[in-house]
Amino acid sequence: MKELTASMAGTVLNVLAGSGEEVAAGQAVIMLESMKMEIPVEASQDGKIAEVKVNIGDFVNEGDVLVTFE
Amino acid sequence: MRKILIANRGEIASRIIRTCRNMGIQTVAVYSDADEGMPFVKEADEAYRIGEAQVNKSYLNMDAIVETALKAEADGIHPGYGLLSENAQFAQKIISNGLTFIGPSPDTIEKMGDKITSRKLMQSAGVPVVPGTHGIADIEEAKAAALEIGYPVMLKASGGGGGIGMIRCNDEQALIQHFASTKNRAKAYFGTDEVFIEKCIEDGRHIEVQIFGDKHGNIVHLFERNCSVQRRNQKVIEEALSPNLSQATRDKMYDAALNAAKAVRYENAGTVEFIVDQNENFYFLEMNTRLQVEHPVTEALTKLDLVKWQVAAARGEKLPLMQSEIQADGHAMEFRVYAEDPDTFFPSPGTITSLKWGDSEYARVDSGYESGSKVTPFYDPMIAKCVIWGETRETCLSNASAFFKETNVEGIKNNIPLFKDILENEEFQKGTYSTKFIEQLKSIKK
Repeated sequence: MKELTASMAGTVLNVLAGSGEEVAAGQAVIMLESMKMEIPVEASQDGKIAEVKVNIGDFVNEGDVLVTFE
Repeated sequence: MRKILIANRGEIASRIIRTCRNMGIQTVAVYSDADEGMPFVKEADEAYRIGEAQVNKSYLNMDAIVETALKAEADGIHPGYGLLSENAQFAQKIISNGLTFIGPSPDTIEKMGDKITSRKLMQSAGVPVVPGTHGIADIEEAKAAALEIGYPVMLKASGGGGGIGMIRCNDEQALIQHFASTKNRAKAYFGTDEVFIEKCIEDGRHIEVQIFGDKHGNIVHLFERNCSVQRRNQKVIEEALSPNLSQATRDKMYDAALNAAKAVRYENAGTVEFIVDQNENFYFLEMNTRLQVEHPVTEALTKLDLVKWQVAAARGEKLPLMQSEIQADGHAMEFRVYAEDPDTFFPSPGTITSLKWGDSEYARVDSGYESGSKVTPFYDPMIAKCVIWGETRETCLSNASAFFKETNVEGIKNNIPLFKDILENEEFQKGTYSTKFIEQLKSIKK
């Protein structure tokens, strides 16, 4: 797992983990809001975050990179 | 009032424009970059861009909306529903700028917008409320309160609404798990982290009473709607009247709703929401100080135009009908067509390539979209409301089935297949469903 991408277009509601943080598979890393629904973007496997590419309030399109992993 | 600005978008903007046109009132639409070219923008007499696609940069920008109203020389603003419709600050700003707000007073909006305040008010007005607490300070207080009330409980944000800011907790572990995050979310969404706990009414029915008041102290009800078909705590189908409800309970609910409205000297359109348990005990949930998404169900039942009533009430006119003159005729259902996966309820933005509604003299379709319209991720997923009427509930059901057989929406996922499943379901046909209905229907399908 090198990066985490947005599953659909939406606004970044929350960033739940930061650079250098270890996350587990299934853990919600970014919370998106699309069509008034909260959509968690979860890590597909265990890993350590290298960089969070987005900030709260950013609008992202489907496929945009949200987080990169070491 | 000769010119009204509509501080909203989509089907509700189109619907308000329609009534204003019939009343000889000019309309002003406001739109974001994402909505340029939408039907409501073309339908209004005038239209002004107010900002970027994201709601906080356009439809929630109070200054831009009020400035536009002044520039367009409108004399009133209709907020529609959602967005700024229950924002007391917005209502006050409109009034302070010498314009008419088409809705209740800012003071009423503020009181009823806070669930803890409204619970207290209703209790003092003799309206039954769900057993629960006022504000909860910390997790220890929450644990003690939940133990006394008895699990399962609902943990709710005082400023919450529309299903946001509430979570069911089946046991103490769940309460501990969700307490801090619910407070945080409440703060982020509603500006206050105040939360409270209510008893969870199992297998309840969500039934609400439409009320209406004028500036002269007259208040009437326009019967009730059953809104129990829900997913993610948001309504999918509503019907009026509510099936399988005794007349005695119905009458008591109307009285409670009127008492609730009188307690806040309610003006304009509003709704008193109740949860009804299996023994027909009912409890106040909240009061919505606006026109509801499902108001056409009541219009189909009563043959009244509630937006016309709203404009008249805002102008200071007396209610056009007394309680005894308001009649319920037949049965009506509203189906909310959402751009979403019918199985997972996951949103499905995209372009509508083809849109064909059933051709029926018993159907009214309120839609903000047309073939070629883009459903963007910026706003809620509702693309239309299909309101079906019948002389009886059975006739209404068969009219609805016929309507949806002829209806086709292509290009985006939508929940019309879910309506077909619901209409064929025996429990729905009998009208014995509760708020768990869709959840149960899904488990049967799996």
